[in-house]
Amino acid sequence: MKKQAVGQSMDRVDGRLKVTGGARYFADHQPEGMLYAALVCSPISSGRITAIDATRALRAPGVADVVSHLNVPPIPGYKVENPNPKQGLKIFYDDRIYSNGQPVAIVVANTLERAVYAATLVKVTYAQEVHQTDMAGSIDKAFQNKNMKDYQRGEADAWKKAPVSLEAEYNIPIEVHNPMELAGIIAHWETPDKLTLYAKTQGVKSVQQSLKTLFQLPESQITVHSQFVGGAFGMALRIWPMEVATIIAARKIRKPIKLVLTRKDMFTLVGYRPAAKQRIGIGATADGKLTGITHEAIANTSPYEDFTEAIVNMSRMMYACPNVNTHYQLVSLNLSTPVWMRGPGEATGAFALESAIDELAHQLHMDPLQLRLINHADTDPEKNLPYSSKYLKEAYEMGAAKIGWQQRSQTPGKLEENGWLVGYGMSSGVFGAGRGRATASATLKADGSLVIRSAAADIGPGTATAMVQIAADATGIDVKKIKFLLGESEYPEAPRQGGSSTVSTVGSAVNDVCRNLQQKLGELATANIPAFKDLKVENIQHEDGQLVAGNTRLDYAAVLQQQQLPELMVTTTSQAGDERKQYAMYSFSVHFTKVHVHPATGVVRIKHIVSVADSGTVVNTKTARSQMIGGVVGGIGMALTEEALIDHRFGRYVNNNYADYHVPVNADTPPTDVLFINKKDPVINPMGAKGMGEIALIGFAAAVSNAVFNATGKRVRDLPITPDKLI
Amino acid sequence: MNQFSYVRPASQQAAIDAITRDSSARFIAGGTNLLDLMKNGVLAPEKLVDINRLPLRNITLNNNILHIGALTLNSEVAAHPLIKTHHPLLSQALLAGASQQLRNMATTGGNMMQRTRCSYFYDTTMPCNKRTPGSGCGAIGGVNRMHAIFGASDQCIAVHPSDMCIALVALDATVLVAGPKGNRRIPFGEFHRLPGNTPDQDNNLGKGELITGIEIPHSPFTNHVYYLKVRDRASYAFALVSVAAALDISNNTIRDARLAMGGVAHKPWRLHEAEKTLIGKTPTVENFRIAATVATQSARTYQHNAFKVPMAQNSIVTALQKAAAV
Ligand SMILES: Cc1cc2nc3c(=O)[nH]c(=O)nc-3n(C[C@H](O)[C@H](O)[C@H](O)COP(=O)(O)OP(=O)(O)OC[C@H]3O[C@@H](n4cnc5c(N)ncnc54)[C@H](O)[C@@H]3O)c2cc1C
Ligand code: SF4
Repeated sequence: MKKQAVGQSMDRVDGRLKVTGGARYFADHQPEGMLYAALVCSPISSGRITAIDATRALRAPGVADVVSHLNVPPIPGYKVENPNPKQGLKIFYDDRIYSNGQPVAIVVANTLERAVYAATLVKVTYAQEVHQTDMAGSIDKAFQNKNMKDYQRGEADAWKKAPVSLEAEYNIPIEVHNPMELAGIIAHWETPDKLTLYAKTQGVKSVQQSLKTLFQLPESQITVHSQFVGGAFGMALRIWPMEVATIIAARKIRKPIKLVLTRKDMFTLVGYRPAAKQRIGIGATADGKLTGITHEAIANTSPYEDFTEAIVNMSRMMYACPNVNTHYQLVSLNLSTPVWMRGPGEATGAFALESAIDELAHQLHMDPLQLRLINHADTDPEKNLPYSSKYLKEAYEMGAAKIGWQQRSQTPGKLEENGWLVGYGMSSGVFGAGRGRATASATLKADGSLVIRSAAADIGPGTATAMVQIAADATGIDVKKIKFLLGESEYPEAPRQGGSSTVSTVGSAVNDVCRNLQQKLGELATANIPAFKDLKVENIQHEDGQLVAGNTRLDYAAVLQQQQLPELMVTTTSQAGDERKQYAMYSFSVHFTKVHVHPATGVVRIKHIVSVADSGTVVNTKTARSQMIGGVVGGIGMALTEEALIDHRFGRYVNNNYADYHVPVNADTPPTDVLFINKKDPVINPMGAKGMGEIALIGFAAAVSNAVFNATGKRVRDLPITPDKLI
Repeated sequence: MNQFSYVRPASQQAAIDAITRDSSARFIAGGTNLLDLMKNGVLAPEKLVDINRLPLRNITLNNNILHIGALTLNSEVAAHPLIKTHHPLLSQALLAGASQQLRNMATTGGNMMQRTRCSYFYDTTMPCNKRTPGSGCGAIGGVNRMHAIFGASDQCIAVHPSDMCIALVALDATVLVAGPKGNRRIPFGEFHRLPGNTPDQDNNLGKGELITGIEIPHSPFTNHVYYLKVRDRASYAFALVSVAAALDISNNTIRDARLAMGGVAHKPWRLHEAEKTLIGKTPTVENFRIAATVATQSARTYQHNAFKVPMAQNSIVTALQKAAAV
């Protein structure tokens, strides 16, 4: 038998393409006759457009057109009676401005430089109205919608009666999606009712779905290509107004058009992690048994959509606590709509909860690891279900040993190295382990190679590589002979890549389609091949890409060759069953950090990181490790450096570039040990793999702020922890 | 970006002529700042005069005076043996700035001439007296965490962003200038200006004048020097505050001292009074604290940058400790 492929540290199947420039991202495509677009964006934050004068722009060299609400061609999907403002921003629909940076026109020219220059010549006049971009100024207008149910288990606010308790407020600022690859799209109407797109997306099918209604086209008339994505982290889970603007312009001008956003536009046009103000009340008995948790959160959204996420959910289920209540509200600000950003709401919530646990441990004079162990949930306290698998205690133990947790001083400010204060901190993270529905096709070729297709995405984690490994184990065919193709809307249906569920969902479809392929091969063999003729399909074994019956072995390829079949294709849809009603399924992470804090300058340097993942079977230890490190780097940004600053007088971002919005650089990123529990989840899916993308970041910021407290005795509850906050 | 013409003269005189003839013309050296300003629409020169052909890329030592040509790259200066031996403070300051990629493009003259990083200056939809005199100062009453605590005016509270210049002002460098009216020398401390009522003028370089190089006199500051830069991330960020500290210590007594700060004023901020408190003293933390207190006496803060005063004091003490190795 071949060595199992799942669990190996296999190189990425597209690694060579990526490092040699062979991978073609959306912007690398160049349909014949393509034009370039630049956006004209609003400098006001609320009001109306009173006039657009494009005369000079239209006269500038190379300009094809300037499209705005004044000359937009009819958009079938826009013809909705009484447009509900909560439907999302309809680009170029009317003269309304909801937020600063909202596109008001798109300029198209035959070179990028000409488009960008002409965009500066478009004169737009506005009637300005009062705007609000500051959450503090709008807290009294916080609201809940019907998806935001309060939660209560046991008694509300029970923490107030606890012998040891605390209440604290935690704030995170807006964090902006800043992957290396800028967002955008190439839109090409091949005929008036046939649209081809090169997109940056986490789901080609979802792009198709969104546009189907807007342009009232059948799915088959919309083709979306997105084979490579240069980092998305949630920003490409939906289609944005700037993409629709490009498609509209391409329809009007009847030429393919490419739009690539500027870095500045990334702050306003592709979502962001919303700002959140959270309050936690937490109480315990003197020996550390939690008696009550109250978690309240207010986050911002846009004027035209309610963006909600799972900010307060971790508090409901992480610890065995009899009394828990949560409350979550939104504040509508004159900003664009937020979107999921890695770890999404759970990461926001985990910062508050896992900081509060640390604060409580300090009050109890107890090791925070000990406090977590005392309150470990053996069954899911929210759903009242057993876990499909949970190795959190082992994860705590592994992480503590690796970082040298015993060196931590319970009293803050006691350790020093070379003039720097030393602190240790930890936190936990949790994220639902999902499994959706996906379809895959498997095509076996007469040369023995296998091609599997599914309209999945790879926004970076190495999806194709993992799928090849899963298919190799399911079929026994060597990894080198298997290809997994993704990112094309013509492929079988797969959900968007998000919520750490691709391996679980698409991987299951790959596994199942391979099993069906084997079944089909068995059927062919028993029907037509003499050596297998008298056998039942169930009695045929499969090994190393061969059919086996007693001493007879036949290559899969030979089955096709003998039948003179060029190929054999099978398509299978796979989804979760009832098991999701019987078990609570979660991935868990544990983060440990050792930090240095300079006592004079307030500078924080993370010296060592240990992150442990309980994510079931690890399909590929190499890509999984990278996945965890990537999440940790995002967490370093959340903890120490990232904050989008708005001048509320103008409602405008002031640090909207890579120099002033600080994503962590290599020098901020210390040695990171990634450890895996790597034990198969017996329930969730055939591979036993839970998700990993989100837990890598969830909780991480608290591990840093807890370490900073341990180093200095100063508790920073407002992220990021910049030097000024420790002076 | 607007359309512009581009010339690349081979001689200094031709470069000066080219710039003098055309009021909106600009020299371009590494382009690392100028191009960003043009892309943002802050500057729209109709002509670029590329000076990279001029023979101004050199580092020499004559009669104990170190000469650096204006086109010498930041990375070359930082790594040069003469600089590392005679003026290690300058090497440290350069290496604290930007990134290696930028330092490989950025020139000595361009670094001195770089504009402030004030966000309002870069955003043409915002008020800014430096960009558009009379339009108001966006930073006053706005986001001003990065802004000045010394020498600002009610017209402008921007800071000069350079690290290199902080070392140069501490080392008493001289700026060598050639212009339509001939050559002149400007002491480094008088090169950059305070904003006053003319925040649009960063420095005292006249119309048509070209920086040809700088000179650094012989200095005793080869052992006890330290450039401390406090910033929001470990690398590739502008200073919240920075301190260039240089001490000449013998027999446990400070013979001479230099202190300058970055990130705190519209010009590289030399701390003469604080230096005086150190001379003749022993290098102790107590004496450094006295210097730090004197250094920050004239500080004035705005809504978001009050932290810079204690940060400046602590950083002065830390930099002096590092320099003195105590
Ligand atoms: C992202 C980023 C981060 C940075 N971080 C730092 C940092 O941390 N610390 C730091 O100190 N700097 C930093 N810098 C700034 C960098 O040091 C400057 O951009 C660089 O030094 C400018 O040099 P240059 O040769 O590219 O100038 P250019 O961009 O070519 O020119 C800048 C200006 O100087 C004028 N000029 C150039 N040469 C001469 C001359 N010989 N005589 C007269 N005028 C001249 C030009 O006309 C222009 O107005 C950063 C820059 C960027 C983009
Ligand atoms: S501080 Fe100076 S540069 Fe900044 S906005 Fe005010 S005037 Fe402009």
